[in-house]
Amino acid sequence: MGLALLALIWLITFVSTYFFVAKTWWFPVGASASAAWIDHQFAVTFILMGIVFVAAQGALGLFVWQYRDRGATQPVHYSHGNAKLEIIWTVLTAVLFIGLNLMGSRVWATERFDPPEVGAVPVEATGLQFAWYFRYPGPDGKYGRTKAELEDASAGGESAVGLDPSDAASKDDIVSGTMYIPVNREVDLALRAQDVIHSLFIPSMRFKQDAVPGLIIHMHFKPIQTGDYEIACAELCGLGHYKMHGMLKVVSQEEFDKWLASKEAEKQ
Amino acid sequence: MASTEIIHAHAAPQGFIRKYIFSLDHKVIGLQYYFLALIAVFVGMGLSLLMRIHLIWPNANLPIFGAIKPETYLMFLTMHGTIMVFFVLTTAPQGGFGNYFLPIQIGAPDMAFPTLNMLSFWTTFVAFVVLVAAFFVGAPLHGWTGYAPLSAVPSAGPGEGLGADLWITSIAIFCAASLMGALNFITTVLDMRAKGMTMMRMPLTCWAWFITAILGLLAFGVLLAAGILLLMDRNLGTSFFVPGGLNFTGQTSFPTGGFSSSTDLIKHNGGSPLLWQHLFWFFGHPEVYIAILPGMGVASQLLSTFSRKPIFGYRAMVYAMLGIGILGFVVWGHHMFMSGMSPYTAFAFSIMTMAIGVPSAIKTFNWLGTLYQGRVRFHTPMLFAIGFVSLFVSGGLSGPFLAQPVLDIPLHDTYFVVGHFHLIMGVAAIFGIFAATYYWFPKMFGRMMSEGLGRWHFFLTLLGTYAIFMPMHYLGLAGQTRRYSEFTQVAYQTKLIPLQTFITYAAIVTISAQFIFLFNLFWSMAKGKKATDNPWEATTLEWTTATPPPHDNFGGRTPVVSHGPYEYSVPGAPRDFVMQNDPATTPAH
Repeated sequence: MGLALLALIWLITFVSTYFFVAKTWWFPVGASASAAWIDHQFAVTFILMGIVFVAAQGALGLFVWQYRDRGATQPVHYSHGNAKLEIIWTVLTAVLFIGLNLMGSRVWATERFDPPEVGAVPVEATGLQFAWYFRYPGPDGKYGRTKAELEDASAGGESAVGLDPSDAASKDDIVSGTMYIPVNREVDLALRAQDVIHSLFIPSMRFKQDAVPGLIIHMHFKPIQTGDYEIACAELCGLGHYKMHGMLKVVSQEEFDKWLASKEAEKQ
Repeated sequence: MASTEIIHAHAAPQGFIRKYIFSLDHKVIGLQYYFLALIAVFVGMGLSLLMRIHLIWPNANLPIFGAIKPETYLMFLTMHGTIMVFFVLTTAPQGGFGNYFLPIQIGAPDMAFPTLNMLSFWTTFVAFVVLVAAFFVGAPLHGWTGYAPLSAVPSAGPGEGLGADLWITSIAIFCAASLMGALNFITTVLDMRAKGMTMMRMPLTCWAWFITAILGLLAFGVLLAAGILLLMDRNLGTSFFVPGGLNFTGQTSFPTGGFSSSTDLIKHNGGSPLLWQHLFWFFGHPEVYIAILPGMGVASQLLSTFSRKPIFGYRAMVYAMLGIGILGFVVWGHHMFMSGMSPYTAFAFSIMTMAIGVPSAIKTFNWLGTLYQGRVRFHTPMLFAIGFVSLFVSGGLSGPFLAQPVLDIPLHDTYFVVGHFHLIMGVAAIFGIFAATYYWFPKMFGRMMSEGLGRWHFFLTLLGTYAIFMPMHYLGLAGQTRRYSEFTQVAYQTKLIPLQTFITYAAIVTISAQFIFLFNLFWSMAKGKKATDNPWEATTLEWTTATPPPHDNFGGRTPVVSHGPYEYSVPGAPRDFVMQNDPATTPAH
């Protein structure tokens, strides 16, 4: 029985670790400026926790087999513990966990404490059951007024986010179901939700943030690789949660300008 | 400290109803809790099976259930979580085993307040009935966390009408019941201990139930308040959690109650969706420890007993549990790193969360230290205790990932989280319940459970649960979001369906293996080998009394305690175990 347990625990440990190390299922390639830091912090955490995982499971399997009951003659070490050992592993764990935390905090601070860079592209993302809409303020650089009573999801586009056409600043606002962003420029993102909580999740950008009704949440990130990236909703928002997806297109500055201009032209 | 004047307050009842239904006997009440949890766990497990099937074959036409719609999937998900967390993980370890064995282990004739004890069980039962009633009117789809405004506005989705009201009412009733139970447990530990049973001679199970009760007392009150506020938002027009200007025109596909006119706004103003999350998780995180602490107590008790060795670092174990209990109240914000909460507070919550890993690690070290140089006996309860340690390690070590806000960015609300909490508060806690069942079954029913069936049950369940929940971590890394009723709509997620399929097959095997347990349980009650009073050669007081224990637990005798709870292999002692009430002259610590 001891041997069976040893085999099972070690097998589980090996197989579990193997698929992590082999990266059979893994993060998508990071395409934002912060992805490398986040991935690095993950790797450090993963290595440290991996060592503890293998050591603890290994010891568990080994001990149950090595100290299996082999009859009354087998000596048992009568002991109530060892205060020195307790202190050593308490301190070691505390240093490990708190140190890891402080390391990661630096990345968090640059992500969330600093304002967006000067010249960042302003985009407003609105979540509603069950779609994402993205709004660009247009040449005037100002978002027009929105009104809850004007929102009409079934109409889509500007009506979906409740854009008030009577506001002068609304005239040049562009609303799109797809998020266009020029590469290597930071996005100054304002997140809104108009019914329940949604969460804008862009795995390749290592970006996630809840959109909360009643709040406008400002975030920023910088795509560094052109391409099409999928957007999912990460907060349960109702029966259509699973199909609330969108697309982020990271394009060159020229393409972005062209797209914006064509949308403006469409609108006039 | 108990005085000798304490007599058993109530005589043994005669009629069937007083004896088995409205019983005041903590042992009967313990069994009532246990069997309620047993019914609940099979309902909850059935729901998880339906969910797993739907995830893989979203268009399958199932017998009885037909084709499961997305909203039905989310209803199953809500009910699965609610049933499992409240009516299994809170009910069985504390209400069930705590009720049955806490008084006996501290040498008391009953709980401090037997009538309150009965009331708390029947209140829990009413809560369960109300929750099940939600099935029949359309259960809510907002998940067990019930985030507002989804949970606060009837037009937010199917099931958010009467079903959501019933769901909240059930939880509020459950909170009231848990508060009664918590008071009773705390008083019993403080006031009812036998002569010589000092706090530091209590078995670690009693410490775990005691600390769990304190957590329950502080946590359930907050959830009760939150639940009442949510009910008021829903029915009385208050605005605690619902901000102004909500518009539900997006629900065009939802015919019954969606606002058809775009001017029809929800009439609220000034509420905060984040307030609900703060209140919910102020309860919700201690709840995790409410579920797992009794399992830690059981694992400690069993590892010592079956290693024939004193627990390694008894005091460290007590302090670690106290540390977990205290820190457990200051970490709730780690559920909200992505919620829009101030990023500065994330710092504080993150540090506290990492800190709570320290006492958890101490416990693991001490369990390994207990096995080290012991003489390990592989009875089924011990197998589950060893399994508990393995699962606790696996589920615990994903914690430091999620505790870092920066890693929470890619991992929050993905299957990584689902794998993490299922391993630790789901499966590890359930292993604690299994270990306790196999361990105390002889005392409760006077017969032994089948060891052969127990082993099969153990090996299939350990392997099976790892096969289910470990791959979920990989899915989470790849960005698989949780609470999706199918993975057909987002291209990168469809690529993960093969691994999801594997998980479904593993779930089918693991769920099937639970019927081995069910059969063993009932078969052994009738046909199991007769148990002696102390079949495991254990030291704590429940093993000094008859099997099953008499109405007043010790047959008129009041135990006097002279020894610590885990005196195994004491040099110079006549046997390899010294019972807690052995004469003080027996050599021991």
